[in-house]
Amino acid sequence: MTITAAAPGPARRAVLRFARERTAMAALAVLILIALACLIGQGLTGHDPERAYPDLRQLPAGLTAQPDAEHLRPALERLAFRMRVRLDAVARDGDTLRLTLGSDAGVDRRSLAYLPRSALFGSPDILDERDGGRSLVVAVPIRRLHFLLGTDIQGRDLLTRCLVAGRISLAIGLAASLVALLIGVAYGATAGFIGGAVDAVMMRGVDVLYALPFVFFVILLLVFFRPSLLLMLVAIAAVEWLDMARVVRAVTLSLRERDFVRAARALGLGTPRIILRHIVPNTLGPVAVTATLLVPQVILLESFLSFLGLGVQEPQTSWGVLIAEGARSIEGAPHMLAAPAAFLIATLVALNLIGDGLADALDPRGD
Amino acid sequence: MIRFILRRLLQAVPTLLAVVTVSFFLMRLAPGGPFDLERPLAPAAMENLRRVYGLDRPLVAQFGSYLAALVRGDLGPSFSFRDQSVLDLIARGLPVSATLGALALVLATALGVGLGIAAALRRGGVVDRLLGVGAALTLSLPSFVVAPLLQIAFGLTLRWLPLGGWNDGAPSHLVLPVVTLALPQVGALARLTRTSLAETLRTQPVRTMRSLGLPPARVTRHALRGALLPVVAYLGPLAASLLTGSVVVETIFGLPGIGRYFVEGALNRDYTLVMGTVLLVAGLVIALNLAADLACAWLDPRLRAAS
Repeated sequence: MTITAAAPGPARRAVLRFARERTAMAALAVLILIALACLIGQGLTGHDPERAYPDLRQLPAGLTAQPDAEHLRPALERLAFRMRVRLDAVARDGDTLRLTLGSDAGVDRRSLAYLPRSALFGSPDILDERDGGRSLVVAVPIRRLHFLLGTDIQGRDLLTRCLVAGRISLAIGLAASLVALLIGVAYGATAGFIGGAVDAVMMRGVDVLYALPFVFFVILLLVFFRPSLLLMLVAIAAVEWLDMARVVRAVTLSLRERDFVRAARALGLGTPRIILRHIVPNTLGPVAVTATLLVPQVILLESFLSFLGLGVQEPQTSWGVLIAEGARSIEGAPHMLAAPAAFLIATLVALNLIGDGLADALDPRGD
Repeated sequence: MIRFILRRLLQAVPTLLAVVTVSFFLMRLAPGGPFDLERPLAPAAMENLRRVYGLDRPLVAQFGSYLAALVRGDLGPSFSFRDQSVLDLIARGLPVSATLGALALVLATALGVGLGIAAALRRGGVVDRLLGVGAALTLSLPSFVVAPLLQIAFGLTLRWLPLGGWNDGAPSHLVLPVVTLALPQVGALARLTRTSLAETLRTQPVRTMRSLGLPPARVTRHALRGALLPVVAYLGPLAASLLTGSVVVETIFGLPGIGRYFVEGALNRDYTLVMGTVLLVAGLVIALNLAADLACAWLDPRLRAAS
């Protein structure tokens, strides 16, 4: 590299190096897409996440407009049963159905409201009335519904459910990682900066915690107290800050004797201020890498707990909850496992690749 | 060396004590008890049960007698499995979990280290390039997704392997759980091996050996000894995580291991069973970490001198 008047600083160089990592940039794009889809995509799928279509349960993923020919007849028969009428004739003309409804007691016109209420049909037009009201000919428009990823066991649109679930999974991943990050950075920087006996005791404590079967404790906590989002957040953060503390301590140890820290001390700054103003900002590189690799771990732990039924509870949903539902009905509807699992795995892979890319970009030997 | 081991064992005592204390009070302070059934018991019967199991005494006294029994090696009777002691249950569950964990460890190590060496020896080769994305991929495959997928592929569609169950450890029943456990670790081990070996191959002693004309296979063998240190250090926590990870695998495949006993114990408020399994896992974690450290010391004379 030639030295110019405005040579980019180390941070800028790291950003430039990261931008050159094609895998990591692709992963970043995928992650941003998933996050955006979860944030705003729910309104674009055309389905409410809670709206169930009882006639369209466990539809496979596909592009065909629903209800298709296969689902139309059973849906109509169920509706006719509820309307207490016979289906004397059914004729399809494009997107309109011509139904001849019959009933010995006379067709109750109010029961026609059942048709649009099923969400599969529009409002019917009465074309003809015969036999003094005992037979009715109506034209009903068929709605064209699309379920790109199919529907779940209650007939809810799986894509919409996945996007809503992703919001919770990502939010918990970020929030718990942030808490773990704050604890880890504060703990590690303090231990590393003070050093000596305090450091030995603090890091010995971390060693003890490492040896605890933490997953077991989190399960215990959630089984014995009622599972809630807050409790899970606390439990996950309590488990995941240890790596961060170790990383930050190691970096701090090397920073402690650097000239700018000595200068700050000579100027009479107190320990908390030095840690906050001079140590922590200089640990940002390794912290960013560790944090990026922490988020997928947290999301994985959340999904794991939700899968066991200990995490996110109905009516809220997360990818782990959807995967658990999918695993239960894997024989009849494998798409119910595949869809949320694909979202989860894509997110985790993207985060792991970004973390790897960051680590490479921040490695000073990379120049 | 003996002193090092003794010191580490001594350090394990406070850790185990912390495990016992935290899990004991965590469970007892939580609402619900082992005898809260769907149909409530008569108050007199409840009173009787609580007295028999010593639950009517003050919490601290109960804790004291649990510790006293623990020192004698007695983990107490199980609350939910009638007429069975926790030791009996562990004696039945541990072989299952240990078999799965050990096989998964061997499989993950063989595959991971093998791929890592292949990638390090041919930097930029096919294996090396695939490892970048492949490692991130295997790390991101949750066992609760892999397990049902394997079940549907090999159990339901191909009908090659049974869907689950233990069947006295018949090999066909072991394949799917072991693969599920091992898969996420292959990528991590491969990456660790590659980085470490690639770095070792760049060091001065290795370059000297090569320039002296040693055959490449001999050079690799020498370099591997040093390069495997971080891998061996990683195997300790890995073995531990294979044991804890077995909670999901044992649940999905219906295997009677300690992970299953733990979950059932927690759901049934079986205090002694939960304590027993948690203690066992904590003890195993400590023992496996110590074993990994000892193996490192054996591989690296510098560490031996330091300890």
